[in-house]
Amino acid sequence: MVSFSGSTAVAGIGATEFSKQSGRSELQLAAEAVFAALNDAGLAPSDVDGLVTYTQDANQEISVAREVGIGDLSFFSRVHYGGGAACGTVLHAAMAVATGVAETVVCYRAFNERSGRRFGQPNPGIGGEPTSHGLDLSWHLPYGLMTPAAWVAMFARRYMHVYGATSEDFGRVAVAMRRHAATNPAAWFHGRPITLEEHQASKWIAEPLHLLDCCQESDGAVALVVTSAERARDLRRSPALIVAAAQGAGAGQMTMTSYYRDDMTGLPEMGVVGGRLWRQSGLGPADMQAAILYDHFTPFVLTQLEELGFCGRGEARDYVADGGIEIDGHLPVNPHGGQLGEAYIHGMNGIAEAVRQIRGTSANQLASVRNVLVTAGTGVPTSGLVLSAD
Amino acid sequence: MTAPAEPTGLHERLTALAERQIAAGEVLGAAAADPVNAPMIRHWTDALGDANPIYTDPEAAAAGVHGQIVAPPAMIQVWTMPGVRRDRRQAGTPVDAVLAMLDGNGYTGVVATNCEQTYHRYLRLGESPVPATRFTGLAGPKRTALGEGYFVTWNVTWYVAGEAVAEMLFRVLKFRPRERAREPRGNGAPPAREDTPATGENGAGGNGSAARRDAPATDEDVSAADGDTPARRPYPLRPAVNADTAFFWEGAAQGELRIQKCADCGELRHPPGPVCPSCRSAARTYLTASGEGEVYSYVVHHNPPVPGLGTPFVVAVVELPEGVRIVGNVVDCAPSRVGIGMPVRLTYRQMDDELILPMWAPREA
Repeated sequence: MVSFSGSTAVAGIGATEFSKQSGRSELQLAAEAVFAALNDAGLAPSDVDGLVTYTQDANQEISVAREVGIGDLSFFSRVHYGGGAACGTVLHAAMAVATGVAETVVCYRAFNERSGRRFGQPNPGIGGEPTSHGLDLSWHLPYGLMTPAAWVAMFARRYMHVYGATSEDFGRVAVAMRRHAATNPAAWFHGRPITLEEHQASKWIAEPLHLLDCCQESDGAVALVVTSAERARDLRRSPALIVAAAQGAGAGQMTMTSYYRDDMTGLPEMGVVGGRLWRQSGLGPADMQAAILYDHFTPFVLTQLEELGFCGRGEARDYVADGGIEIDGHLPVNPHGGQLGEAYIHGMNGIAEAVRQIRGTSANQLASVRNVLVTAGTGVPTSGLVLSAD
Repeated sequence: MTAPAEPTGLHERLTALAERQIAAGEVLGAAAADPVNAPMIRHWTDALGDANPIYTDPEAAAAGVHGQIVAPPAMIQVWTMPGVRRDRRQAGTPVDAVLAMLDGNGYTGVVATNCEQTYHRYLRLGESPVPATRFTGLAGPKRTALGEGYFVTWNVTWYVAGEAVAEMLFRVLKFRPRERAREPRGNGAPPAREDTPATGENGAGGNGSAARRDAPATDEDVSAADGDTPARRPYPLRPAVNADTAFFWEGAAQGELRIQKCADCGELRHPPGPVCPSCRSAARTYLTASGEGEVYSYVVHHNPPVPGLGTPFVVAVVELPEGVRIVGNVVDCAPSRVGIGMPVRLTYRQMDDELILPMWAPREA
């Protein structure tokens, strides 16, 4: 059986600036990020024969190809379920490369999520059509349960009840991310750390979530170049090997509203992803020098630590205490500041940070990084990666 | 599937609330935002065409019986009327809760029927009247030309430094607007119910107390306003409905909370779907929930504002004794009182002319 594990790599990363108002179209952002990633890898548009993005991305693969000057495409694919797609794009690209369907695949995500359509704003139209997704939403939307923060808050409240976690425990995640962003010049919140007191004083969004439990909204784009490890070794940058990549959905899964299964205190789909990542890589939590955990809302960072095996059920509150996930803690999480601190690019900026950590080029570089875990959107069918130094 | 005896129906709850509000007695409101003043008097008299100089001309007023400018007595409500963008969090009157319960149970129509004012003396420039409201009566349900409704009566007394200067009796009819025949809606819209116009039954516990229907109107009822009743503003948060889910929403419209049941193996399932996950049967029926439940988790939504709803509001995952969970709002309860494990009972809210949503209210021990 063909495997991509260790035989494929991320060879280039690129991004636009992260802002609240890019002032240009999403297609232009996509093109700029793809150019930057190709430059980083030392490749030309004509080298690209595959493109992968999210189903939620507004830029067709063929449109990006036209703008960038990519010629023939032999592979194009979309990954579904919002931010759960992030690492899935790399999985699809790696599969295409490993099977010879394509040689060089660019994954991209580009949006004006702050100045354009804001995911956090209630949209009465989201449940409008009797598709299977529209019907799922229709058990929630009429009651005003229609924003990502509120969807997550429902899980967070149950988690607090069962495990005794508090809003302060969630706040420690936000404080850590903002600490990291404060020393990352690319971060929107560069130079703006917060205290736990500020977290507690921030306004309610959907109890038990405060404003500072919720990630920011951003305009921007990130692109990644995936090719074979062999080819990557001949390119400009040292490769970040894709040693594991996985997608996962759990039994009884819904998009953000899986309230009807188990006890609402876990993320079974992330358990599926984690199990596959550890088996495929032959590595485990103790082998990770850093983790990029999807942090659109703080409570799910705790849940992920438990699902991925960094700590036991209900123990994440202790794990994040005393700076445990800060850059000098036992597991540095999101050294770039995550989506809470750097930017909300639907998880793609986290993959780029993992690559930088492996290269040794991050603004908040950790010592001796060999393996980095990356996860994608939580509460939805999701995905993950383990990237390793060559 | 037997419904527990529902201790209190809507009428009983309304009556109990009305008694409490009457017992609350006189409740002071906010003093006039602006003291009695010449500019507001001038605008008012100008708008009404009242040329009496004792209201606007200092010299004429000085020569008159009051010896100074006074305000038209009929302006009494003007001085203490809340602004257009009234802050809903500000202290209300004892009437508010009664009107809210009526609104929440489908009595969304309103027409003023009585306004009787008594003036004890004229107000002078610089005085700041303070209103005090007493809830004085609830009568109904009455069948009227507009629809079934309750008459709600209250009295306001305005005081200046403890002296009663004016009084008012105010009465409104809060009614359940008659439904008009509707055009069938297209794909995705809830089924129209021309033949069975369901009403927003409140507090119905289940199949033992299905929703009241509007009885056929009597001859004298079908007169003045029939056909003129304005359609309610459509509630913006509509569910998508298809062949797999229509039974649920039809049930809600009839005051039943329906849980899908496999016709072959009997497994209950919510949210519903076309194929039984246990036995693959596509044969479906439903049972009607008892109407009891317990809060399994909940959120208090504050921001951002949600179309069609005021904030904060509570949404809960409710666990039913039948063994399924369902999401709905918790109403008739301050958000701070909601907690995991709280016993709740089924209630309903009519959101517009078509949509009735099952919701949850605290179940008293």
